[in-house]
Amino acid sequence: MSIRGFLKKYLVSNEVETIANRIPKPVGSFGYDPWGYNSDAIKIAISLIRPLSKYYFRLEAYGLENIPANGRLLIVGNHSGQLPLDGVLVSYALGTSPVNPRAVRVMIERWFPTIPFLGNMLNEVGAVLGDPINCAKMLRNEEAIVVFPEGIRGSGKTWDKRYQLQRFGLGFMHLAITENTPIVPVGIVGCEETMPTPIHIKALSKLFGMPYLPLTTPVPLPAKVRLYFGKPMHFTGPINDENDVAVKVEQVKAEVDALVQQGLQNRSGWFE
Amino acid sequence: MIRKHKPEILVTGAGGSLAQYVINLLKNDYHIVLVDFRRRVQLEEGLSSYRVEYNKRGFEDIFRKHKIEAVIHLGRMGLYESTHRNRYNHNVLGTQRLLDLCCKYQVHKVLVLSTYFVYGASPYNPALLTEEAPLKASELTMDLVDSVELENLANIYLWKYPELNITILRPCNIAGPGVLNSLSLLLSSKVAPVLMGFSPMMQFIHVEDMSRAIVLAFKQNKPGVYNVAGEDWVSYQEAVTQCGCRRFPVPSIPEGLPKLFSKRMDWKGWPPYLINYYKYPVIIDGSLFKQTFGFRIQRSLTDIFAYYREKKEMGIL
Repeated sequence: MSIRGFLKKYLVSNEVETIANRIPKPVGSFGYDPWGYNSDAIKIAISLIRPLSKYYFRLEAYGLENIPANGRLLIVGNHSGQLPLDGVLVSYALGTSPVNPRAVRVMIERWFPTIPFLGNMLNEVGAVLGDPINCAKMLRNEEAIVVFPEGIRGSGKTWDKRYQLQRFGLGFMHLAITENTPIVPVGIVGCEETMPTPIHIKALSKLFGMPYLPLTTPVPLPAKVRLYFGKPMHFTGPINDENDVAVKVEQVKAEVDALVQQGLQNRSGWFE
Repeated sequence: MIRKHKPEILVTGAGGSLAQYVINLLKNDYHIVLVDFRRRVQLEEGLSSYRVEYNKRGFEDIFRKHKIEAVIHLGRMGLYESTHRNRYNHNVLGTQRLLDLCCKYQVHKVLVLSTYFVYGASPYNPALLTEEAPLKASELTMDLVDSVELENLANIYLWKYPELNITILRPCNIAGPGVLNSLSLLLSSKVAPVLMGFSPMMQFIHVEDMSRAIVLAFKQNKPGVYNVAGEDWVSYQEAVTQCGCRRFPVPSIPEGLPKLFSKRMDWKGWPPYLINYYKYPVIIDGSLFKQTFGFRIQRSLTDIFAYYREKKEMGIL
């Protein structure tokens, strides 16, 4: 029996099977899509993330009804927490959503595909190489893609910059306009506290060729995570110049920031 | 009785399985001239057949003797068949000679079979590569230079001599009865090497479907470059398992180790220069071909894998 078959047999409950089967994701005869997504791997991933999400991070998602049932979609959020836990939790929330569940794709750094086991594993659960051509192709394939336009500027923030949105890249707006794709903003509250980081060890990160190496807790802390999905935003072209794109990006950034502030006001402590 | 005039067409690589499927589909409408560099192919009465190398002088005699109106160029020296120098001479220089003769003898239709290998297997490949994607195979290995050069050559003739009406097809892995390419050899074997930690997505097309694709493109004559692939995908390790192969895990790091293994074990289906294709995906987008020619896949991945599995169970492979 393959490792995947073994894990599926012992990890995937009937409940998870039912949840995963609700996700409207077209796949080929062996359960794969062209990017390597696999329907069985998704069931295993949901089974593994479920207890973490439910009991450790006590994930709560608001505004799930703003996610369209089908069609191309960019979900744009604030990035934080050193590890890409926010991407995992947003994907989990949308995959298991009681209304309009979606298989969500996350863009990964270019060096992941070269890492044995990890690259393949990430592909199977929906992550794909962060390449503009890939992204455009996926949107034409009517996929939902999570984008963190802050990139490592956001995920690698130190504690003193928590919940301060960093500069947003413009690439997602180009895609939204050229591929005629709505944007759903998402404010993520709680991931900043999973790995509070006072400083980065720059010399070591350079040595290992890593984008950053945080001096932080050895494992993520059990901060409560809340996701606030906003109303879909629509942008149209033509694109006259990059300033025009930047203005539109600022509108999305302001929306994400408003959702984050709403989440911060609603909570009474990190772990409550 | 009035005998209907049949246009004469030349099919290279006539000894190959794919060519024989193509010939069967075309023989009622055309007089087919068979050419192969390996042997004189005897298919049935009434077909002219020659054993000749394309870059030898004698090749022109075929054009002198027959009124060749169209060419289907499928003949290729396989990746495992010879050194890359010999392959270059045969595949690239031989094709150039063939195209020159096509110009000289006013052939008005040429179909060239290429391969998806020309895109190169790289960790940075996006999925669903379209025909405009750069051809990076020669950047990654010298052994695939002939495949890329052949394509470039065909492209040059396509634009320089539009009267040749050149159609270039880049299929994904062709598999099925009689196919002897590297991957088919691998699927036919009892043990298939797999790189630990890597199982790239792959596409397969049944040899019958590929022959139908060639005939469609040939008959409709819409010059250009087209990927040919279905809309189904499978990981390499799943494919070899489905074909009844036992997986032989090969350590993937350090990078040179799998190549060393391949050289030592002399695996024909898993040569050192193709290892990247068992590591990183090269997924092509066949939608242009599908839309242009109205092509539909008829044989599923399950059919393809069942062929290898059943033959193994019967002890034939």
